[in-house]
Amino acid sequence: MPGKYDEMWDRLGLDLSAHEGLLTVLGKFYGDIYLSQQNRLKGMEYLDFVLSEVHGLRIQELQAAKKNGKKVVGTFCVFVPEELIWAAEGIAVGLCAGAEIGREEAEQVLPRNTCSLIKSFFGFKMARLCPFIESSDLIVGETTCDGKKKAYEIFADLVPEMYIMEIPQRKEKIDRDLWKSEILRFKDKLEEITGRAISTKSLGKAIKMVNERRRALQRLNKLRRANPVPISGRDVLLINQISFYDDPVRFTENINKLCDELEERISRGEGIVPQKTKRIVLSGCPMAVPNWKLPYVIESSGAVIVGEESCIGERNTRDLVDEGSKDLPEMLDNMVDRYMNIDCACFTPNKERLEHIVSLAKDAKADGVIHYALQFCHPYTIEAYKVKKALEKENIPVLKIETDYSMEDIEQLKTRVEAFVEMLSK
Amino acid sequence: MRYAGIDIGSRTIEIVVLENLQEFSSKKSETTHDPLAQAKRLLANVSFDCLMATGYGRHLLAKELDIPTVTEISAYATGVQALFSSARTILDIGGQDTKVIAVNGEGRILRFEMNDRCAAGTGRFLEVMAGVLGVSVSDFGSLALEGQPILRISSTCTVFAESEAVSLLAKGERREDIALALHGSVVRRSVTMLKRVSLGKDIVFAGGVALNPCLRVILEKELGQKIIVPDNPQMIGAYGAALCCRSAAHK
Repeated sequence: MPGKYDEMWDRLGLDLSAHEGLLTVLGKFYGDIYLSQQNRLKGMEYLDFVLSEVHGLRIQELQAAKKNGKKVVGTFCVFVPEELIWAAEGIAVGLCAGAEIGREEAEQVLPRNTCSLIKSFFGFKMARLCPFIESSDLIVGETTCDGKKKAYEIFADLVPEMYIMEIPQRKEKIDRDLWKSEILRFKDKLEEITGRAISTKSLGKAIKMVNERRRALQRLNKLRRANPVPISGRDVLLINQISFYDDPVRFTENINKLCDELEERISRGEGIVPQKTKRIVLSGCPMAVPNWKLPYVIESSGAVIVGEESCIGERNTRDLVDEGSKDLPEMLDNMVDRYMNIDCACFTPNKERLEHIVSLAKDAKADGVIHYALQFCHPYTIEAYKVKKALEKENIPVLKIETDYSMEDIEQLKTRVEAFVEMLSK
Repeated sequence: MRYAGIDIGSRTIEIVVLENLQEFSSKKSETTHDPLAQAKRLLANVSFDCLMATGYGRHLLAKELDIPTVTEISAYATGVQALFSSARTILDIGGQDTKVIAVNGEGRILRFEMNDRCAAGTGRFLEVMAGVLGVSVSDFGSLALEGQPILRISSTCTVFAESEAVSLLAKGERREDIALALHGSVVRRSVTMLKRVSLGKDIVFAGGVALNPCLRVILEKELGQKIIVPDNPQMIGAYGAALCCRSAAHK
């Protein structure tokens, strides 16, 4: 029976039967990991709905906006300054992928020992399964790591237009200058493709809108740390993941409502797990939809996640852009400063990240930190050593996990995580 | 009260029953393709008041019998520390994984590490390599002890090491020497993991692979310190699980 979005998906060039298969698997996976949770917040219904419509209604909205002359800009990295995209009346969407989809297709062009994240966005494109990629007028890549940098060169041949931003690798003045020129170059590019000039007014509005979303997520991140923990780590991860796809104003409004509900729950002293449940901070590589494997393993091993030190987590929401300026060059400078604060493992040295992990673990009263790195992701797998040292110095136990998007190692992961929780419980 | 522990490993299953902290009975069998059926067969006619499961098949049995579980990491840490209060580091090489556990001697785990998903350098590796050289896995260690240290095999990956061993055989190298080189590669991998986690004194080597006499000899040589191997190194997991069962009941 043809579904209500089949025509749209067909028009976007998706492989309809494979796509239907994907949605079925995803639906089952979501049911097992999310809908089976007890005592979930009512506010999570909004997220359930958005996720169930992520390839449907949201794509329909993007298509309608495109009809009205708006441009969709797809991105892969929290470094891409989305304020500029919104200010140019474009729509920013995250394209990071978290499923082992189209691996065989991806491995036709990429080496096998490429990280899952890269293989996944290639797989989604090559297997024709991602309506976000197919809706994007411009796809913005960046030079965070060698794998992505070189992969984008190949990806560029598969999409209408690919644009690369150069991300500095150090935090000296010369790096800030480079980043500033990259922001200005990106502004010109956006103005060119959208045909709209970015003004003080439009940028001011965009900065405020994106900050509001970050503020709502900051609020959520504070509230989740209550004891007993009032919301599962899986649910908070999902909220962070959806923040990359959803309409920002609507999303912010719904997350603030969810936070009101959380406050009520906390005032009643209610939680989703008993008070003495071991509290874990997850740190490391981003987990894009539907990469819920490790959070699920952790939360079914008698622990609960109370913080995500990750791009799909605190790294994306920690800093705001200063809103105090009414002058365009100064606003752009404020943006440069805000983005230069990002503590991605692509930087050297990257002491800030170690400090952030330690302070997050302390603020969230974590019993331990689980460092998660994707196999073949050199920045994070190598930095894990320094993370471990920094935490051990503070007597915070650490477990290092290296994995990928496949489900083959789930039993081994369970053994490690359960043993870690047992160790924390003694 | 009789407290029992069952360790459902990838190659073997062991049961230990304790009464007044003394070993009352123990049993062992192969895991085979049907770990649940084997575990139940092994449990038949074993008398105990409570049971705890460990090993990679722990959840399978726990679901069936509604019993508690403990990871093999905690089980080994508990079992070894009960037997050797001087133990500070545990090396456990089983059928499909290698673990190094740092303990404080008072029952606590300080740190641990486990090999990644592949079974490189574990019991399974030795089994396959023994097959390549045409000896049984139980004779593999004594064969290697007769070898001269003149060859080096760099890989602990079963597939790569097998082709290295096959090409050495084709060159006419003695199989004792090849056997020793293969043991050397397992030891180097374990030593790296030990150095990463902890090299506390004493080191206790447990798990089925500790039955291999050659590995202990080269490990001691590499580390320059004595390694303790329990009498029944493959029973430590089940023994530890029985102890965990007892402390859970006393909580």
